[in-house]
Amino acid sequence: MNEADEMMTGADILINALAAEGVEYVFGYPGGAVLHIYDAMFKQRKIQHILVRHEQGATHAADGYARATGKPGVVLVTSGPGATNAITGIATAYLDSTPLVVITGQVPIPLIGNDAFQEVDSVGISRPCVKHNFLVKDVNELANTIKKAFYIATTGRPGPVLIDIPKDITALSAPFEYPDTIEMRSYKPVLNGHLGQIRRAVDLILSAKRPMIYSGGGVILGNASQELTEFTRLLGYPITQTLMGLGAYPGTDQQFLGMLGMHGTYEANLAMHDCDVLIAIGARFDDRVTGELEKFCPYAKIVHVDIDPASISKTVKVDIPIVGAVDRVLGEMIQLIKESEQQPDSEALATWWKQINIWRANNCLHYEQKPSLIKPQFVLEKLYEITKGDAFITSDVGQHQMFVAQFYKFTQPRRWINSGGLGTMGFGLPAAIGVQLAYPDETVVCVTGEASIQMCIQELSTCKQFDLPIKIVTLNNGYMGMVRQWQEMFYDKRYSHTYLEALPDFMKLADSYGHIGMQISKPSDVEGALKEGLAIKDRLVFMDFIIDPDTNVFPMVAAGKAHNDMMLSPEREIA
Amino acid sequence: MRHTISILLENESGALSRVAGLFSARGYNIESLTVAPTEDPSISRMTLVTRGSDDVIEQITKQLNKLIDVIQLIDLTEGKHIEREFLLMKVNVSTADQRDEIKRIVDIFRGRIVDVGDANYTIEMTGTADKLDAFIKGIEPAQIVEVVRSGVLGIARGSKSLRV
Repeated sequence: MNEADEMMTGADILINALAAEGVEYVFGYPGGAVLHIYDAMFKQRKIQHILVRHEQGATHAADGYARATGKPGVVLVTSGPGATNAITGIATAYLDSTPLVVITGQVPIPLIGNDAFQEVDSVGISRPCVKHNFLVKDVNELANTIKKAFYIATTGRPGPVLIDIPKDITALSAPFEYPDTIEMRSYKPVLNGHLGQIRRAVDLILSAKRPMIYSGGGVILGNASQELTEFTRLLGYPITQTLMGLGAYPGTDQQFLGMLGMHGTYEANLAMHDCDVLIAIGARFDDRVTGELEKFCPYAKIVHVDIDPASISKTVKVDIPIVGAVDRVLGEMIQLIKESEQQPDSEALATWWKQINIWRANNCLHYEQKPSLIKPQFVLEKLYEITKGDAFITSDVGQHQMFVAQFYKFTQPRRWINSGGLGTMGFGLPAAIGVQLAYPDETVVCVTGEASIQMCIQELSTCKQFDLPIKIVTLNNGYMGMVRQWQEMFYDKRYSHTYLEALPDFMKLADSYGHIGMQISKPSDVEGALKEGLAIKDRLVFMDFIIDPDTNVFPMVAAGKAHNDMMLSPEREIA
Repeated sequence: MRHTISILLENESGALSRVAGLFSARGYNIESLTVAPTEDPSISRMTLVTRGSDDVIEQITKQLNKLIDVIQLIDLTEGKHIEREFLLMKVNVSTADQRDEIKRIVDIFRGRIVDVGDANYTIEMTGTADKLDAFIKGIEPAQIVEVVRSGVLGIARGSKSLRV
């Protein structure tokens, strides 16, 4: 510490440290344990505080910001209920590996353990759903702890980090010196892949007769879209992506077979099942992707590139594991392929593509838009056309989320913001807040359902306060659609508690929050309404689409089934 | 299969619960767990005995390595190593025969009687977990008042070591 270092209170140290990290926005909600911090916030202009209406909203908003920008999202909440309300959002970020720094107030150190007012063991409660967490017990450690938190959250496989700061720490003073870098003997992520393994992988990749590239959210988190695209085009191999990976490779490209897995396309799932070499990049073989593990890619040798060694061979044993940052490993592979004398087997590849195109001709996402009831797929198709595939789309969880994944062809990374791992209903609207703040001039659409939107509906108020012109597209079928779909298929149509009998009038609701509400119930009105709503650039527009209540998401690989055991839409069933 | 894993971790509050929490959250077994600071007070050494298939053990070591507080670890079972456990036992000895019998069996197992009461002995013993199991089996259950076991400690044989 230098003599010149300025003495500051813990609260000011926090604010200055956040500013030093380049933080633009803090998403938060004040309370007793963070009063000193909020007082320091009041006296400064470096950071803008976004007041949400519920702490869950704060975490999702910070998460949306982080996913759209690649920068860490920052949350500030009070002790006790402030911290527990934030947990759902922290777990959401953890499952999708989003970098968040969550600051929770804590009761003063002498009161810790006394069941004090608004006391909860935040470090203990959050432990299973954070990458790491800290309880700051010495104001002299505060700046260093914040540095560590940002370092851990943003490097390696990213994730949320929580810092629990007792109230007395924020009032005590210490010299402020913010370190430029930090070294931790216990945390050193591996970035460069093992060259020998990369060579072996390239040999295998080039020897493939029926290759398949399967990429996931890791490519987006690792900013490796460019490398993935170059790699895929260089090889001419088919590519599929997970829900979290969409946008890393252009969804409009011929080599792209669509999403795979439970609601993946016919061609993607069959190509997975029949491939002889599977190249998994930044993906984690999630159960919604693999289906029945015993029958997963039965003919394939598997290469797996991931920054997290624990993701490799966790559920599916792989033949060539490569631990490293995906951009670097793909860069090495591209280099080796270019230099290699061996090139992809063009004859085998032509045969493989012929087969894939036969599968593709099944047109598995086909639906019929009849004049009476709006089909959800139709709304998404029109939304895609009108926004030219360029909008930021957030979503909640359920059928609408799958329809976005199937029908909105993302051509850029970080435009598709959804809760894939935890599957958190209520994510979409607050996430859109974070995205819209980061990109005030871009179109941000929250595609949701009438059930999901109500889980964080209070954030409509935040949108008003900060003039966020988010567009909400609700696919309103009066049901928790995905649950209803399972009940129809697997529970003999016993629709147990999935019908929402007392829905609000969303037009009036939007209006009461100061926004514009629209309700659309005729297919012929869909396009016009979307154009009208999206053209309003300075207001939030809540577009409530009353859709066909019986539409299900197809194709579907039921839980515990193999990729080649798909249920197709009734109109598509092959004889 | 039974594996003995030695872990160096930051001697910070909460580090132990991160390890314990990992095992409960992911459904792994802990057979025994011991932890204490090393010669460097900023580092704790933990010895953890677990059971699982090779795949499970691979995941356990990867997940442990992923914990931010874990500096380094070694699966001692992969090589030659020494394991020891420490035991304290209190037994009832109300007759001269019982005292003689206990003394004899403690000698056989190379333990020591470290405290003598009016009608009880306290025994200390070091050895492998197997040996301590055998010793406990050799004592008449009705005589046993308390058994305190430390859990397993382990170290690699020869020049192989686990240090920062």
